[in-house]
Amino acid sequence: MSLESLLQRADLWRGGEPVRRGPAGVPTGSEALDAELPGGGWPRGALTELLLARPGAGELGLLLPALARLSAEDRWLAWIDPPHLPYAPALASAGIDPARTLLVRPGRTDNSAEMLWAMEQALRAGTCGAVLGWPAAPNHRALRRLQLAAEHGAAVGILFRPLSAADQASPAALRLRLEPAAGGLRLHLLKRRGGWGVRPIFLPTVV
Amino acid sequence: MLWLALYLPHLPLEVVARGSPARTPLAIAAPDGQRQRIHARNRAAAAAGVHPGLAVNTALALCPGLSIRARDEAAEAEALGRLAGWAGQFTSRVSLQPPAGLLLEIGASLRLFGGLDTLLTRIGDGVENLGYRARPGVAPTPLGAWWLARAGRRETITDLPALSRALHTLPLTVLEISAKARAELRGLGLRRLGDCVRLPRAGLAKRFGPAFVTDLDRAFGLQPDPRPRFAPPERFESRLELPAEVDDSTALVFAARRLVVELCGFLIARGAGVSSLELTLDHRRGPPTSLHLGLVSPTREPDHLLGLLRERLERCPLNAPVESIALRADRPQALAAQPAALFDKGDSEKGDWQHLVERLRARLGEAAVTGLCPHDDHRPEHAWRPCPPGTETARRKAVPLPEGVRPLWLLEEPTALRLVDGRPWLGGELRLRRGPERIESGWWDGIEARRDYFIAENQGNERYWIYRDLEGDGAWYLHGVFG
Repeated sequence: MSLESLLQRADLWRGGEPVRRGPAGVPTGSEALDAELPGGGWPRGALTELLLARPGAGELGLLLPALARLSAEDRWLAWIDPPHLPYAPALASAGIDPARTLLVRPGRTDNSAEMLWAMEQALRAGTCGAVLGWPAAPNHRALRRLQLAAEHGAAVGILFRPLSAADQASPAALRLRLEPAAGGLRLHLLKRRGGWGVRPIFLPTVV
Repeated sequence: MLWLALYLPHLPLEVVARGSPARTPLAIAAPDGQRQRIHARNRAAAAAGVHPGLAVNTALALCPGLSIRARDEAAEAEALGRLAGWAGQFTSRVSLQPPAGLLLEIGASLRLFGGLDTLLTRIGDGVENLGYRARPGVAPTPLGAWWLARAGRRETITDLPALSRALHTLPLTVLEISAKARAELRGLGLRRLGDCVRLPRAGLAKRFGPAFVTDLDRAFGLQPDPRPRFAPPERFESRLELPAEVDDSTALVFAARRLVVELCGFLIARGAGVSSLELTLDHRRGPPTSLHLGLVSPTREPDHLLGLLRERLERCPLNAPVESIALRADRPQALAAQPAALFDKGDSEKGDWQHLVERLRARLGEAAVTGLCPHDDHRPEHAWRPCPPGTETARRKAVPLPEGVRPLWLLEEPTALRLVDGRPWLGGELRLRRGPERIESGWWDGIEARRDYFIAENQGNERYWIYRDLEGDGAWYLHGVFG
């Protein structure tokens, strides 16, 4: 492969170039965060990984403004095998239409294959604005399939993964580590398309 | 009037063979006096020298691997009826021509389906998809079309003079008459229909019965030939005997496809769709296996239905080989006419999410895929309900929402919190950040609740929704997590 053809590749970024603006993302509701994301928001048609120690790190609060925006576009929101029950009154208060919410719980102890299949279906369908998934231990091939499905369905695919996943390579377009902090949430950008990591971003808790 | 006749010369064989793509030798036997003789056979059997009329024992001697099934005329009649139900999608005037034919009046359908050639191709492809081979005949009279089909004349004839010319040349074998009458005609030196027409009519009627002359007149269009319309049944039920026992789901999917295509034609004819289906697998021994398929909205798309059935079949453990399968749809529901949907964008989007829900349910089970619905109840664990996805009453503002702050994660069951020095503890001391919010209610259904809720935070800055139970002994519980 020649250097020229390498430089033509969309997934290759040269240090020194400014952050490339990708296709418009879904605004996160935080200008500070949008400014650091290619496309100015959560990438559409791509996977985003949120790495956190356990549920309750502020991961849903972080997504709420974008989810409400997608809900206003009358697109569906799918929850694939969440660790707890997404609480309908709180979602409705935040502007998410419960009538366009899909809760998928494969319901078996060893359901990782079913979970990944369901998430791929939801991403690919093209009817879901965002698909939130809690996979057990997806391998690179499974992640690649999800990424392709998200591209196909133009969906915002969000994967919630443990902190230990930071060491594994991932085809996700965006990877963030979440750290609960006093009065808010600290975000560490581990990976984004077309840009280096930046200093942690602090988002204050709204409620 | 323009009639399309479909002649199914291989129907006795196809009612069995169409359930499988296998090309193994297969023959149908029928009684002939005291003996069983071969009535029909497939290509593989013919290649081994098995021919109609052969005694069954001789056929088996010629082809030891031959599987032989007894002819089932009731199954043939049923199959013909279902084929008529399927054909109703092309015209409302379908008549049976037993034992192995259908007559369709297609004059009124030509424009809708884009001309004669397109219509014939569609019907031909469709019949093939059902697992049948049909010989077509097209003519302005039903009997004319039928005789052309029996003669294997593929030309399409649209006017009476041309029909008359064509009928003159047809061999007398197209007539469905007794062997005795056939021999008599041959004895008179008659070979073709034209030879009969030239004879004095009174003599013909005397020799072969008045019906013989009437048929000739009807075929040539000299006498009216009213045909009773086939009335399709209210519900769909179709059974398919498999040529050999089947123990893997791929082969069942092949057979199920035949039934699904049949069903969808039946539904188009009725302007209907189905929202539930029953697929039954019969075993030689033991109770049948029954698979129920529920859909979010009525549909009649064969690919979609088959995809869902495949998902179910692949996940269905087969305890015994399957002998026959049956598809049943009890309640066809009226569907809006298809063309209207072209302009209704909302409908097509609706279709997408419904298909997604149906696909997920087919594999994961109905209970695994739900919607969420806020519910008007003060007790937090009752302030939501699972509901069918897309339930419109779940729309926000339909239900008053609680005024206090609510967590995004709710625990399925509140869990008791440990106390350290009289304070709630969860991997460290919990500091109460906000509260209390007093929630009490439930007296009307006997489950009373009186609780003080707090937003609490641990050392790691994670926030929880906890409460103190004022009804009991004042214990602390974790009920939600602020995700």
